[in-house]
Amino acid sequence: MSDILFTNARLIDPEAGTDAIGWLNVSDGRIVARGDGAQGPDAPDAERIDCGGKCLAPGIVDIGVKVCEPGERHKESYKSAGLAAAAGGVTTIITRPDTAPVIDTPETLEFVTRRAQADTPVNVLPMAALTKGREGREMTEIGFLLDAGAVAFTDCDHVVTNTKVFSRALTYARSCGALVIAHPQEPGLSNGAAATSGKFAALRGLASVSPMAERMGLDRDIALLEMTGAKYHADQITTARALPALERAKRNGLDITAGTSIHHLTLNELDVADYRTFFKVKPPLRSEDDRQAVIEAVHTGLIDTISSMHTPQDEESKRLPFEEAASGAVALETLLPAALRLYHAEQLDLPTLFRAMALNPAKRLGLASGRLSEGAPADLVLFDPDVPFVLDRFTLKSKSQNTPFDGQRMQGRVLATYVGGTPVYRRD
Amino acid sequence: MRFAHRHLLGIEQLSPHDITAILDLAEKYVELNRQSAKHADVLAGLTQINMFFENSTRTQASFELAGKRLGADVMNMAMQASSIKKGETLIDTAMTLNAMHPDLLVVRHPHSGAVDLLAQKVNCAVLNAGDGRHEHPTQALLDALTIRRAKGRLHRLNIAICGDIAHSRVARSNLILLGKMENRIRLIGPPTLVPGQFAEFGAEVYDDMREGLRDVDVVMMLRLQKERMDGGFIPSEREYYHRHGLDGEKLKLAKPDAIVMHPGPMNRGVEIDGTLADDINRSVIQEQVEMGVAVRMAAMELLAHNLREAA
Repeated sequence: MSDILFTNARLIDPEAGTDAIGWLNVSDGRIVARGDGAQGPDAPDAERIDCGGKCLAPGIVDIGVKVCEPGERHKESYKSAGLAAAAGGVTTIITRPDTAPVIDTPETLEFVTRRAQADTPVNVLPMAALTKGREGREMTEIGFLLDAGAVAFTDCDHVVTNTKVFSRALTYARSCGALVIAHPQEPGLSNGAAATSGKFAALRGLASVSPMAERMGLDRDIALLEMTGAKYHADQITTARALPALERAKRNGLDITAGTSIHHLTLNELDVADYRTFFKVKPPLRSEDDRQAVIEAVHTGLIDTISSMHTPQDEESKRLPFEEAASGAVALETLLPAALRLYHAEQLDLPTLFRAMALNPAKRLGLASGRLSEGAPADLVLFDPDVPFVLDRFTLKSKSQNTPFDGQRMQGRVLATYVGGTPVYRRD
Repeated sequence: MRFAHRHLLGIEQLSPHDITAILDLAEKYVELNRQSAKHADVLAGLTQINMFFENSTRTQASFELAGKRLGADVMNMAMQASSIKKGETLIDTAMTLNAMHPDLLVVRHPHSGAVDLLAQKVNCAVLNAGDGRHEHPTQALLDALTIRRAKGRLHRLNIAICGDIAHSRVARSNLILLGKMENRIRLIGPPTLVPGQFAEFGAEVYDDMREGLRDVDVVMMLRLQKERMDGGFIPSEREYYHRHGLDGEKLKLAKPDAIVMHPGPMNRGVEIDGTLADDINRSVIQEQVEMGVAVRMAAMELLAHNLREAA
């Protein structure tokens, strides 16, 4: 494999927290050297890429991407998801098991791995269900699934309500060293809800859930972590009320991390406006106060990761009355431009964003990627943070185009994406 | 008079001026409806389709009568029994309707926002006859007309809306309309049925009915929506009646000339005492039904006027 020398690049290093002009040398798919200054060393054998002062950052590691194979390939296939990821600067997608059928056996996991390898230019690492059929009754074959390549175990948006089942699964997972990802929510309160309780939901007459349901779910899970000592990640923390509990649990030394979704960081409940179903996500969009609190928690590092929570839905599942419409939004391609809104609003700097989008998710999953250090895989994204554009959803590479950002002004675009030193996307 | 709306989807979009215009026009139809010859021809040649995705007798009959008296060709489609059971989506239904070229579409649907969605997809004027727990604009307008006729004005009144606010589209539309017309509104009911966020609409919220009814001009009762309750909002109907049902004794706390309203159908002995509901000196419940037809005639005339101008 040939060498590449990126020169005159604004290197975004989430480990060091730096954002400065430098050069980066890639050889055999790995980062072998880097340094300050625009020009870099003489390297006659290397392909020189002048980045023109644009940003070069570690590729995004996205935990919780739904690819609809098996079952609903018309919504998203490995091929389309891979193209979307590459175009969005996402170099590793961590797929969800909430397909039909559920990925809960080594056999279905192997099917997925095979499909992903055949069709996808980016790294795909699958998650498996924690309980069979995501039904919350019996744990899956966690050991076999780990051997087959599962990187984490999750029932996605299904909460394991039976605490005995959940505590056993956590205990067993701990013995295997497996990471469990849960959806902190009290389902007794949240079932059937399409919006967050408040003036807006009341005005629109939508069934709603108190933000307290998230804290109750998190509190329960934290208690079970104290009992079992398991390795745990909360998929989405979206409310201010849940943050003190998370902070305490971390301070008490529990093995807990938490993520949030790009939509909860950049949109609030009022964006639903006149029942726009592309804004229906799970958990529902929150108040502006919650959004600000969550941004601050990403800033301090209390919330570790930002995910796209990429959830393709076809037009039929969205063109329904709000309460009947399906939840979720596609976001592989819009994750970075949306995240850059927080950069342009001067709320989060670029190293902090890439800490949450690349470094922390990679660390949590034990991957060597997500950083610009020597020896790390050359999974890289080159982007221009400033170029403005208006998003047209029909230009997205996903098979489903249910994005809430349709028609919105965005700023920042991916110029090229590299996986293991190989270009997988280049913007013309 | 210009009515700058293509549809009547909710009170939220209307200005106080719009509201007054509809009520003024409705007064004319109240007179017409009381004559033996009740026909006008402002909707002649137009087709009105009533689509009810949820059971209704009273509202549907009121819209049907309103359309017929104005000379429209009226058709009723009972949607809860038909194609949605066969899997047709709301959008498919809209496409089918467009092919039939209706001019006025009256829609009731069990989901909030469904009528807005349909209105985006059809070519005709849409009247919301109630969507989920969102809005029921013609009910609020007929209530407003009833109040205005009984009290001589529609502002600076103390109005109590009592009972199952959480599940009620009638309450939402009334709250918005009466607020726009600058009345003081009190919401009275057990906290399970009157969630705290309603205080943010500028209303005063009371748990205690006796306290809440003190010196009000209008007492608006709501039906306990048993069919929308998924369990455990109140301990029992008899306790509800005892604490939150309107009877003669509780009504004594209101102003001596306070009127009693109810959108119907009533659960006698649950939210309202039967004798009180029939008391012609206090109850305007029959009048509300009468105003319903007139208000719907007025709303349809205004929308039809816009249709003809656009044509």
